[in-house]
Amino acid sequence: MIGHNTLVVLLGCAALGVAAGVVGSFALLRGRALLADAIGHAALPGVVLAAMIVSLLGGESRALAPLLLGAALTGVLGLLALRRLTASGRIRPDAAIAVVLSSFYALGTVGLSIAQTLPGVAQAGLSSFILGQAATLTESDAILAGALALGCVAVAVALFQPLRALCFDEAFARAQGLPVRALDLTLLGLLLAVCVAGLPAVGLVLVVALLVVPAAAARLLAGRLPGMLALAALFGAVAGAGGALVSTRFASIPTGAAVVLGGLVLFAGALGVSRMRRA
Amino acid sequence: MSAPPVEIQGLTVRYGERPALTGVNWTAAPGLTAILGPNGAGKSTLLKAALGLIPAAEGQVRFFGLPLEQARPRLAYLPQRASVDWDFPASALDVVAMARLPRTRWFGRLPRAEREAARAALAAVGMADFADRQIGRLSGGQQQRVFLARALAQEADLFLMDEPLAAVDVVTEQTILAVLHGLVRAGKSVLMVHHDLSLVQAHFDQVLILAGRVVGAGPVAEAFTEPAIARAFGGLPGRTPTEAAA
Amino acid sequence: MTDFLRLDFAALLAAMLAGGTCGLLGSFLVLRRESLLGDALSHAVLPGIVVGFALTGLRSAWPMLLGALGAALLATVAITWIRRAARLEAGAATGLVFTGFFALGLVLLEVTGARNADLDIDCVLFGQLETLVWLEAAGLASLLDPAALAGLPRQLGLLAGVALAACLFVAAFWRPLKLLCFDPDFARSLGLRVGRWEILLNLMIAAAAVAAFEAVGSILVIALLVCPAAALRLMTDRYAVQVWGGAALGAGLGAAGVLLAGPLPAALGLDFALSAAGLIGTLAGLTVAVALQRRRRFQAL
Ligand SMILES: Nc1ncnc2c1ncn2[C@@H]1O[C@H](COP(=O)(O)OP(=O)(O)OP(=O)(O)O)[C@@H](O)[C@H]1O
Ligand SMILES: [Mg+2]
Repeated sequence: MIGHNTLVVLLGCAALGVAAGVVGSFALLRGRALLADAIGHAALPGVVLAAMIVSLLGGESRALAPLLLGAALTGVLGLLALRRLTASGRIRPDAAIAVVLSSFYALGTVGLSIAQTLPGVAQAGLSSFILGQAATLTESDAILAGALALGCVAVAVALFQPLRALCFDEAFARAQGLPVRALDLTLLGLLLAVCVAGLPAVGLVLVVALLVVPAAAARLLAGRLPGMLALAALFGAVAGAGGALVSTRFASIPTGAAVVLGGLVLFAGALGVSRMRRA
Repeated sequence: MSAPPVEIQGLTVRYGERPALTGVNWTAAPGLTAILGPNGAGKSTLLKAALGLIPAAEGQVRFFGLPLEQARPRLAYLPQRASVDWDFPASALDVVAMARLPRTRWFGRLPRAEREAARAALAAVGMADFADRQIGRLSGGQQQRVFLARALAQEADLFLMDEPLAAVDVVTEQTILAVLHGLVRAGKSVLMVHHDLSLVQAHFDQVLILAGRVVGAGPVAEAFTEPAIARAFGGLPGRTPTEAAA
Repeated sequence: MTDFLRLDFAALLAAMLAGGTCGLLGSFLVLRRESLLGDALSHAVLPGIVVGFALTGLRSAWPMLLGALGAALLATVAITWIRRAARLEAGAATGLVFTGFFALGLVLLEVTGARNADLDIDCVLFGQLETLVWLEAAGLASLLDPAALAGLPRQLGLLAGVALAACLFVAAFWRPLKLLCFDPDFARSLGLRVGRWEILLNLMIAAAAVAAFEAVGSILVIALLVCPAAALRLMTDRYAVQVWGGAALGAGLGAAGVLLAGPLPAALGLDFALSAAGLIGTLAGLTVAVALQRRRRFQAL
């Protein structure tokens, strides 16, 4: 049977999936989904740095909050670097994403090689941030994820109309006088929040899948945006909880991998259904 | 008499469900041919489908009596709008030299003779001074001329050009038309999508008028008539041959 | 000297070969605006490597390489298919496919028990430059001694082979590749089989990714593929400089990373070594940043 701890982990991952589904849908329609890949990888140096600082200050290096704060910080730096690169006009967004994610990750691994030699940091399980280990989620982590999910859903519902206009036709949204820049920043902020919150459970390498896969599956089935958001949230929750369940049963399978494969099964199902409908 | 440069039989092209061209039957005579028609008439579609760049639903096309694959070395194509990366690290001369690929070996430095041929093509469109300029640093009309030079450098027997005069100034237009007349005198053929009806009578040998299908074809004197133009342009306010001549 | 040959030489050579090969082929990714394919291929080869290894039980180069190339081919086909079938933009389809392949690779690594041998998660994530040593080396003379040379790590063989193949490939098909990158439509109208060339190029890149994977790990392969090429994009308008310069820069970054990983902390009076692969990737990112800064200053003038 499912014990209390497992239940906490499952609920936390499901909440995360809901948030990722909703935010991922908007990001996908705006053509920004792959930014999650850059943010996720760019978070590594922040996590490592935060762990080192905490342990130098003699704090509890397992505490999640400072690590996530560090992750968000370098995640933002990564996004800024991305904007600088594409603003040159010479580096296309695809190359810029690849440059940012790989060099920030590289910096993170250099940091890890230092952190491993510091006594207080080694047991922080920093490398579980890379592939994710949901089993380590505590009750307060799950509550954090749940709150985040609610927050994302709330923002998405509140800004539904303008976000839809933005994703559908940027030029039109601009002509209507919508604050396109502010909306884009909001979306980016939500993306950052989901990525960072997803790191401990899903890991930085695969967190992008949590944002892309449920949204892509939902888009296949739903004709309109509200339906797509609801389905993506559902798919995200199922993939998140399912993946977490599998990885708590088979401890050596990283949660990230299980979540992604679960999501892809849903995607394959959605693809099959949509093809049958069209045929 | 040798086979005609192009022979099109029952060509139909669709984008998805919608046909862009239906049942085109047309045989080109040697010389300079203008392909006329309003925006969306299927002019570009005709050239692309003939060259196999987009699939045709039905029909077949022969060049000089040969199927496309065998005729390819004798054909040159100038797209309406080159969809290239203008930041690409290549000079105008590099771009023109790419046309010589089929007749050179694939590695090492470009042989001097090939380089000279590319330079000559650039000179023919008045771009000799810009040979070493990176292509992104040229104006729109100059870029167009580089791509025209690339087509010329293919030394083909049949040139299929999609609006080569679209973005060039009047002087360049005259230069390019002179080059094309030179080609025709040397026994080559040119099919050219064209919008300026006022040039047709003075410069072209034949016309093909399209509007989703063929609405007129033949020597300029016979086929370039007001009714045909009116049918193609559908009563849109446009210049008729008489107005153009006036 | 002998210490250097025994402990650092193999890693140095591996890093230079990996950096040079990836730097060379990376320009084609960047010029074709397909950098994300580099991201995809470097992840997607993992299940192929694991299966190739599991089937034969040894970690020799061939089964791994074949498995990886098969996986790479499958991934590119899957991306194209999903783009069409699910009407997804290229980036999202790429992200969907490569994360799937990578996740599958991680699970396979578990299921096949491959992780007990020397192919493990750490190798995937961080590479294993540090483990490449040449214990047979007894001095400079060993460089000419076949018996000693046979003791070089086997990864170097694969790396050298792929590096040579990549150089030959680029040199022999110099002009078709240039045309393919610049204007594939025109290439098609000249009668070039563009689809086949693309597959060939992607296989070449996948081979480079596999060979380099063992040195620097699967994520830092992306740094070697894209960063040198991106830096050169900011510095030159000449194709030959872009392509060969990318190779030189990649090799240089590889060398710098390995050489600095040990000595740098020592010079700072610290008693640990840095991750060489991480340092290579960091330097690669810094190079792009410097190139960007120079360009901005240059344009401001
Ligand atoms: N890639 C495409 N997908 C769908 N429809 C297309 C595509 N390209 C062209 N069409 C449609 O096919 C028809 C013919 O287009 P084509 O480009 O051949 O016109 P054209 O005669 O060259 O026009 P123009 O003078 O504007 O260049 C048009 O109605 C156009 O909308
Ligand atoms: Mg057209």
